Amino acid sequence: MSNQPIFALNQVKKVYDGRTVLNLAELTVHRGEILALVGPSGAGKSTLLRLLNFLEPASRGTVRFDGEMVTADLDLAQRRRVTTVFQRPLLLQRSVRANLRYGPGLRGQKLPPAVEDEWLERLGLMPLADQAAPKLSAGEAQRVALARALVTQPDVLLLDEPTANLDPSNVRIIESIIEAENQRSGMTVVLVTHNIFQARRIAHRTALLWAGELIEVAETEQFFNRPVREETAAFVRGDTVY
Amino acid sequence: MQTLLDAFLNAFQLLTSGDPELLAIVGLTLRVTGIALLLALLLGLPVGALLGLMGRFPGGGCVIPLIYTGMGLPPVVVGLFVYLLLSNQGPLGELDWLFTPSAMVLAQMIIAWPLVVGLTLTAVQSHDPLLPLQLRSLGATRWQLARTMLLESKLGVFAAIVAAFGSIISEVGAVMLVGGNIRGETRVLTTAIVLETRKGQFALAIALGIILLLLSLLANLALYRLQQRGAPR
Ligand SMILES: Nc1ncnc2c1ncn2[C@@H]1O[C@H](COP(=O)(O)OP(=O)(O)OP(=O)(O)O)[C@@H](O)[C@H]1O
Ligand SMILES: [Mg+2]
Repeated sequence: MSNQPIFALNQVKKVYDGRTVLNLAELTVHRGEILALVGPSGAGKSTLLRLLNFLEPASRGTVRFDGEMVTADLDLAQRRRVTTVFQRPLLLQRSVRANLRYGPGLRGQKLPPAVEDEWLERLGLMPLADQAAPKLSAGEAQRVALARALVTQPDVLLLDEPTANLDPSNVRIIESIIEAENQRSGMTVVLVTHNIFQARRIAHRTALLWAGELIEVAETEQFFNRPVREETAAFVRGDTVY
Repeated sequence: MQTLLDAFLNAFQLLTSGDPELLAIVGLTLRVTGIALLLALLLGLPVGALLGLMGRFPGGGCVIPLIYTGMGLPPVVVGLFVYLLLSNQGPLGELDWLFTPSAMVLAQMIIAWPLVVGLTLTAVQSHDPLLPLQLRSLGATRWQLARTMLLESKLGVFAAIVAAFGSIISEVGAVMLVGGNIRGETRVLTTAIVLETRKGQFALAIALGIILLLLSLLANLALYRLQQRGAPR
């Protein structure tokens, strides 16, 4: 049962206004892995994440989440096992603490103060705990966004270029937390990144998406050193024009 | 000039005299407008939030311009509509509301509702379009999402409250038609002003006008303080 993939996509298409932007014959996300999604702009990476977070339905094909077919009336409890951190932090105009409490609050739970403080501590946010979110710097805000997602204890964390605008030290903090949570709780991570080095650093597997199609998915080491497809080799070399 | 000065003195005297008739008029004005505003908010905020969140939905291209048009409804036309609704032959004639404060509340609520909906939906739409997705992704249900978006749109919601309040406390056409300006029963400040002006009692009319403006100012001061307290520091 637990070997069953957390996500299994079959013949999934996403069409916007008659234009197919995603066309995946097959894609599986293994339970507990960190999967990096790379690919040129417009390849459909964010669209794929929206499907995986049940934010939009597929136009065609099937998405299975933990063995269950995803439909419009998927259980709220199931939906809440997956959450996304976007490129922009999208914080609520409240204090840092209030942002952390938001997810548990939606579930009718109270975030235990000890857990809240632990997260603030881990992400270096303790001095900012009572500050209003609109006043945070980009790196601070993104750390809050990550903490806000993690306190809901998701089984799957989707990340859409979470470190795109951050300085190296913030990138390191965020990557290390993602890796630590992945190891500690077996949380599955799907990471969209434009940063090939980031994929190499933390992903177990890497997938190349191109014009909506899955070109190659492989162990990260193999993906970068011995890619099968010419497109992957070109992308890894940085020859891709986009 | 003399009239204006007289008016101010008159207003001051009226206010301090505690004239029971005046107090009744002020009381009814506040009651009718207050209840109409409250109802418009109860029925308007959720609708505004939902419309603001729907984005491109079937029929949206039609509904939203209709709401915007409703924001500028002439009160007297609303009054006429409510009059016909409540008249003996009207569909709601059974209620026997015509020439009662209930009819005035109904008319003012209809005037205020599109203002509340329109300004709320614009405020909700003015956020980053990814915000609703982020909130759903964090586990919000549709209602939780609407609630959060309203809370995030506090400034816009305050603008809606202020605009709706201002438009109905100052309107005369609708309350005149459906209330009838009956002394001691449905007379409010605006209809009293019309009456006194017609009678040539300009000083009294202006005095009433000053009282109306003062009430409006007080209400807006209170709202503003509330808004400042809710603003993120
Ligand atoms: N809601 C939408 N309506 C219409 N077209 C859309 C919509 N969302 C995405 N698209 C289109 O789908 C394609 C894929 O977009 P997507 O955002 O998934 O790309 P991406 O791989 O995330 O790109 P980037 O790296 O620039 O973020 C693009 O051509 C985009 O214009
Ligand atoms: Mg994207």
